[in-house]
Amino acid sequence: MRVVLAEDLFLLRDGLLRTLREHGFDVVASVDNGPSLLRALLDERPDVAVVDVRLPPTFSDEGLQAAVAARRSRPGLPILVLSQHVDQLYANELLADGDGGIGYLLKDRVTNTEQFVDAVRRVAAGGTVLDPQVIAKLVSRSDARGMIGELTQRERDVLELMAEGRSNAAVATTLHISESAVAKHTASIFAKLRIAPSNDDNRRVLAVLAYLRR
Amino acid sequence: MTPLVSRGWVASWRCVRLGCLMIAEAAVGTVVGLALLLLPTGIGFSLLPPAATALRSLSDRSRALATSWSGTEINPPDPLAVDPVTRRRTQVGAILTDEGFWRDLLWSALDPIVGGVLVCLPPTLIVHGAFGVLVQPFLWRQIIEANGGDWWYTFMPVTDTATMLAALALGAGFLVTGVLLAPALLRLHSRWSRVLLAAPRSTELARRVAWLTDTRSDALGTQAAELRRIERDLHDGAQARLVAMGMTLDSATRLFAVDPDAAYRLLVEARETSNRALDDLRNLVRGIHPPVLADRGLGDAVRSLALDCVLDVHIESRLAGRFAPPVESAAYFAVNEVLTNAAKHSGAREVRIVLEHDGGVLRITVTDDGHGGADSSLGTGLRGVRRRLATFDGALRVHSPMGGPTIVTMELMCALSSPKTSSF
Repeated sequence: MRVVLAEDLFLLRDGLLRTLREHGFDVVASVDNGPSLLRALLDERPDVAVVDVRLPPTFSDEGLQAAVAARRSRPGLPILVLSQHVDQLYANELLADGDGGIGYLLKDRVTNTEQFVDAVRRVAAGGTVLDPQVIAKLVSRSDARGMIGELTQRERDVLELMAEGRSNAAVATTLHISESAVAKHTASIFAKLRIAPSNDDNRRVLAVLAYLRR
Repeated sequence: MTPLVSRGWVASWRCVRLGCLMIAEAAVGTVVGLALLLLPTGIGFSLLPPAATALRSLSDRSRALATSWSGTEINPPDPLAVDPVTRRRTQVGAILTDEGFWRDLLWSALDPIVGGVLVCLPPTLIVHGAFGVLVQPFLWRQIIEANGGDWWYTFMPVTDTATMLAALALGAGFLVTGVLLAPALLRLHSRWSRVLLAAPRSTELARRVAWLTDTRSDALGTQAAELRRIERDLHDGAQARLVAMGMTLDSATRLFAVDPDAAYRLLVEARETSNRALDDLRNLVRGIHPPVLADRGLGDAVRSLALDCVLDVHIESRLAGRFAPPVESAAYFAVNEVLTNAAKHSGAREVRIVLEHDGGVLRITVTDDGHGGADSSLGTGLRGVRRRLATFDGALRVHSPMGGPTIVTMELMCALSSPKTSSF
């Protein structure tokens, strides 16, 4: 799988490069600033890109801007954005085109290699991966607005993991329940929140996110 | 046309009231002058303090009228230091050394003349015009008779019906001119009052210095408290976690050979502690200067706040550029506080935030549809916001009648820099 990597801190870039290579990714370009990132995204046509939000020259949200710009000319280009902070505004901007193949994670998550590599693969496969912190905030806000009052605690747990972009199998493993139990909870959640059910995993994630962002 | 006329009428009536005020000015001014002349005889000593006080209350009235009628703000001088408990001699001394007193006196001499011409013109034109329109057409024969066969309306000799009608038209002209002229003359008089009645420059500067000293010490106090809080948070949070992590790693190292399973568990624990340390640092940074604010500026930072808010928040940002970081930060935390208050106490469902920059003032209006009754003197949060805004010559106003809606207006003096250009 061909990967473009953008990270300005040498130590982190080196670490990410090693992790990705160890897991069989082919890192075709590793850059340290916004303009070269945009060029690499458009020229290399990678299967997935791992991008730090804050990059030179402005050290603001250069990486995010490049990701949005690249996806405008190549819709659905899979990009996993890493950041020292997660913000709902940025999450919304990344999700805005509704094309999938988007990830938005705290940088800390790379310390758990397995989960990080899994996230890269899911994004490359066109999935949506959102940081648990983004989802936790969304869910607690929806809760305060009385939008998910009918859900049981277990259903809330399933909802959070589902919104993070996990598959039924992954949700089952995390919660130590069977996959069929997850499917049952999912069906119940969709019925209670009146979201149209869908077999397509990514469509399902997007529907849940759309509900929570209301 | 109608509002123009009604405004004219109101202004004309105000001119009449100002005229009455001028008669009082002239009278009291004369008494003050008399008291000054009588100072050597000793009678002046008992006459001057009450007279000067009366003159000051008249000039205060005139300043208030200029503000409420024409919107002309006139900074008052310091109050006259006339304390009835002190001896007459001390009081008179205080009055004679007061720059504001002498300006009052000059005003009482000049305003009835110059200002008098300005404010008497509209009523005079109106009364004279009304005579030409309403009285003269019916009584012109009797008037001519009474004047011995020769009578002029202004510069118009009235001899027959034709000249009477011409005089009527002339009267109508006077009437209209008077009514239409009144608002402008009233404004002119306010400006003239400001020339005479504004606080002496030295007083204004002294006030400015006092204000700056106050807000500066507030700003330094706030900053010092902030630094202490950051130091404490680092000490109790990230720093403590890193120490704990070091100890865990140390134990893991020792156990590695003997009990690899226990060592593994300790390493997992160390990883979690490192994540928590990062969380702590993240929250700290967010509290100092939120990343979205640094990246995108005030408009988007407020949008980000809105996304995390329980209420439905609608934002209208008319800002085309960035402000200095301290201004953005103060405004951001102010909006945050107001939003938090609205979510907690107002019972509102919707909030509307308007951000605009106009004439060197950044104005942020937060309106909620809650039950109102909020009081800015209560609540340490809003008091803190007010103090923080004061550093930027800013202000916070809360308008919150019972039953709502609550409107919080925040204003900061600041310049807008050119919009940041993106490389994409």
